[in-house]
Amino acid sequence: MERDDIVEYSLHAHHSDEDGKKIRKKIWIVTAILSIITIIEVGVGIALPKAEVSTGLWTAIKYGYILLTLVKAGYIVMVFMHLGDEVRTLRRMILWPYAIFILYLIFICLTEASSVHNYWSSFH
Amino acid sequence: MAGAATEIDSAQAWGGGWRSPFNVSYGKLMMWFFLISDGLTFGGLLTALGFAKFANPETAGSWPMGEEVFTHIPFSHGHNPLLYVAFMTFILIVSSVTMVLAVEAGHRMDKKKVIFWMLLTVVGGLIFLFSQVWEWSTFIAGYDGDLSTWADNATLLHSPYGGEFATEMHHGHEVKVMVSQGPTLYANFFFFITGFHGFHVFTGVLFNALVLRNVIRGVYHKRGHYEMVEKVGLYWHFVDLVWVFVFTFFYLV
Repeated sequence: MERDDIVEYSLHAHHSDEDGKKIRKKIWIVTAILSIITIIEVGVGIALPKAEVSTGLWTAIKYGYILLTLVKAGYIVMVFMHLGDEVRTLRRMILWPYAIFILYLIFICLTEASSVHNYWSSFH
Repeated sequence: MAGAATEIDSAQAWGGGWRSPFNVSYGKLMMWFFLISDGLTFGGLLTALGFAKFANPETAGSWPMGEEVFTHIPFSHGHNPLLYVAFMTFILIVSSVTMVLAVEAGHRMDKKKVIFWMLLTVVGGLIFLFSQVWEWSTFIAGYDGDLSTWADNATLLHSPYGGEFATEMHHGHEVKVMVSQGPTLYANFFFFITGFHGFHVFTGVLFNALVLRNVIRGVYHKRGHYEMVEKVGLYWHFVDLVWVFVFTFFYLV
């Protein structure tokens, strides 16, 4: 039996040749951004290894790496995985619960790690 | 038909009329759900790595520095920190780009381009996998492959980093045997997480190859849309996404 009440969302995803050109241009721009960020990370890693920099500078480099990683992750999720083009409800339903879970996990594990570290150190 | 029990209609099961509030097909939504749970698994593993690193005062002292984890490249005995891993990262990013270009071609119903870009994606995935095989074998058997893996039969317990070797004779063969080992805890995390990611790459290549076969056979062209390419594409981008974090937390920080 033919159903006329089932919405086939996949058919809405088609686009024209002109739109395709714009989308491809965006893809190549994002490719360039991801490559440049990776080159920066590797360059800093080779030029300023942890063993040769001061503790303060290393902390800055470390958070810099994490920031650049999050920027890369953002481009991959929003552009390559098309989450930026999805409806706002879907975007939020995917990102928010994940962010809340992981931020909580990071917070609780690192707090616990620091506490365990101090406790074990007290035996020496 | 007032008073009659209404059967739950799968087309309206979302509530609020016919349309899904998310405006995507069931399959794509379920792929996202899977990726969230898989992402939580990797997030949990990397957080556990952080816990292990910061909790144990004895381990923390011998924990390898990111840039020094893997310093080999093929055909050279030189000290080349990060280069090989940067190459692996670049391969994965490029194969992610070819994947998204395949999805774009699918939206224009351009079968030839979909085949071309998906083929490159599969090739990129294979290059990454073989690169990782070389990295692991270098860790386990040494750059020259002469590190004994049978004399002490405990390779994976040794660290990929640190540890010293001594040359010994075993049944008339000269082999290098480890006499001291690096941080075992680090090695466990390293091989488990990069191995788990490598397994994802392996299944991703497999799925991409199967979908490529269907594209060539014209299955999706007959269907009127290439959404299956988009769905395996989501998985493939996720694999790239995880590597971005693995790269940072094993090789940089």
